Amino acid sequence: MLKLENVTLGYGKHTVLSGINLEVAPGELLGIIGPNGSGKSTLIKGICHLLTLKSGRVLIDGRDAAGMGRSELACLVAVVPQIAALPESFTGFEIVLMGRTPHLGLLRYESRSDFDIAWQAMEITKTQPFAERRVGELSSGERQRLTIARALTQEPKLILLDEPTSHLDINYQIETLDLVKGLCQEQNLATVAALHDLNLAAQYCDRLIMLNRGGIHAEGSPKEVITAQHIKAVYGAEVCVYPHPFNALPATLIIPGDGRSPSFKKGDCQPFLLSSNS
Amino acid sequence: MMSFNPPSATTMPLPETTPAYSLRWRTRLYSIAGLALLLGVVMVVASAVGSTHIPIGTIWGVLLSRLPFVDIIPAWPAATETIIVDIRLPRVVLAGLVGAALAVAGATYQGLFRNPLADPYLIGVAQGAALGAVVGFLLPSSVAGLSLIPALAFFGGLLAVAVVYSIARVGKTLPVTTLILAGVALGAFLASITSYLMITSGDRLHGIISWLMGRFSLSNWGQVWVIVAPSVIGVVFIWLHARPLNVMQLDEEQAQQLGINVERVKLILLVAATLITAAAVSFVGTIGFVGIIIPHAVRLIWGPDHRFLLPLTTLAGANFLILADTAARTVLAPTEIPVGVITAFFGAPFFLYLLRQKKRAVF
Repeated sequence: MLKLENVTLGYGKHTVLSGINLEVAPGELLGIIGPNGSGKSTLIKGICHLLTLKSGRVLIDGRDAAGMGRSELACLVAVVPQIAALPESFTGFEIVLMGRTPHLGLLRYESRSDFDIAWQAMEITKTQPFAERRVGELSSGERQRLTIARALTQEPKLILLDEPTSHLDINYQIETLDLVKGLCQEQNLATVAALHDLNLAAQYCDRLIMLNRGGIHAEGSPKEVITAQHIKAVYGAEVCVYPHPFNALPATLIIPGDGRSPSFKKGDCQPFLLSSNS
Repeated sequence: MMSFNPPSATTMPLPETTPAYSLRWRTRLYSIAGLALLLGVVMVVASAVGSTHIPIGTIWGVLLSRLPFVDIIPAWPAATETIIVDIRLPRVVLAGLVGAALAVAGATYQGLFRNPLADPYLIGVAQGAALGAVVGFLLPSSVAGLSLIPALAFFGGLLAVAVVYSIARVGKTLPVTTLILAGVALGAFLASITSYLMITSGDRLHGIISWLMGRFSLSNWGQVWVIVAPSVIGVVFIWLHARPLNVMQLDEEQAQQLGINVERVKLILLVAATLITAAAVSFVGTIGFVGIIIPHAVRLIWGPDHRFLLPLTTLAGANFLILADTAARTVLAPTEIPVGVITAFFGAPFFLYLLRQKKRAVF
């Protein structure tokens, strides 16, 4: 569905990422992790052509994205930004309906089927109660779900999410990613999510790519990518990585740097895991 | 009336469509028809009011007799017909055109810049037009200075925006903030030259001040025919871009991700809005307040969707300026008040009233 061939991205003369190769299949959720400034958002912008590639190709559905017009691209790729700035006086339904834009010409108004597609997207994302509310009255979690509904209304084949949970409380983080995961599987959408929370990335993504210093540091299943060694190498942080008690996926626990727990020895996590299980 | 009750998300059966949304569409369409009807009434009434009062029936008679295939034996003196057709009607039509153009240009700039403080004069068109007009006033009358004023004002306005545009352009993109800052700076520069010329203008100062405040006292059909083409073309182009303008209210990145060619839309709207503003001010001067208050008032009453906001603004602007000009020539008759004084004096309290009524996000 999505294929990046030797992609190099940057701003002006400054190169952020180089030689990126990756592939995402329909129904697959690929997570992009890496420290701040490692190029997660830059990669998302490169895929949806908000940023022109310095070299390489982005293939969507086998076609080069560089040769597509804006609206053609928007029929295939939807983006959910970190915090979507939404004009406060528009209603929820008006915002979601904007997702039909790439499918409509300058002279065409939305037809009944466009309304139905938007309304259905609001049902899936459970945002129908906000249809007649002004966006200014909604919480950030509710707005995030509206943005996802708008992305669905585009009827894309690929959804890109740029840190969709970074401003949400834990309940909304779970709710949002449950929704994304479900959509990805049920609608067979190729999904790429830049995430900064390693635990969310491990729980929800089928495959992970860890970016560091302008390239891919590690790639593979969450178990292969999220290890104490990789995190130490890329983030420079000491952490413990355990198998999650419910599903054995890697769970990352932080260790305070100032030695606030004197009885605790760095790199020796096993006893703690056992005691918490007993 | 149907009302939309947010259904509980879990037990919700999928309705055929969204009732409240189509209801709002219908209300807005009726409002457009209503304002268009009102415009007709306002034009007739405005033609009736004045130093000589003319009965409404006579106005209708004169108008109908002008239509092809209509035979009405005039039951009115020829002088009355002259007053209606050659004096009042061109003035009313010109006021309507200028009001529509300024209001829709204001709505466009506000939408384009996502800034409620924007008005048609924000990026230098008024200051450029004013300088052009003042130069026209100061030219010796032997070079036909007075008849050149509208052309100098029109091209002065366009030139000022063209300069602002080329300064603000960065590569292939046009950052909106840079555009506004460049417009404000160049506007101040041009205004300082205008002020200097005014001080040294001697006995022509009165004419200049009256142009700057705006007046319709010199209206004739020739002026109407000159500005009708650019105004209609510009307004139609703007109407066509209502949906892109809606999507651009998100922000430029999201608009691009939704398939809008943001830079192209910005350029088209900027050119169209500047053109109709320059055309509007060329004959009648820089009438203030219409371009900022009418779009806001319409937004407060009918909501922010540009597909309705733009047509409603066009009609409301025309209605408002015809009424304001009628007041300008009748309140202190035979003295005329500059119409810009009227627009602010009556428009501002009405707008403040609307603001108090709806204590919610306007923009």
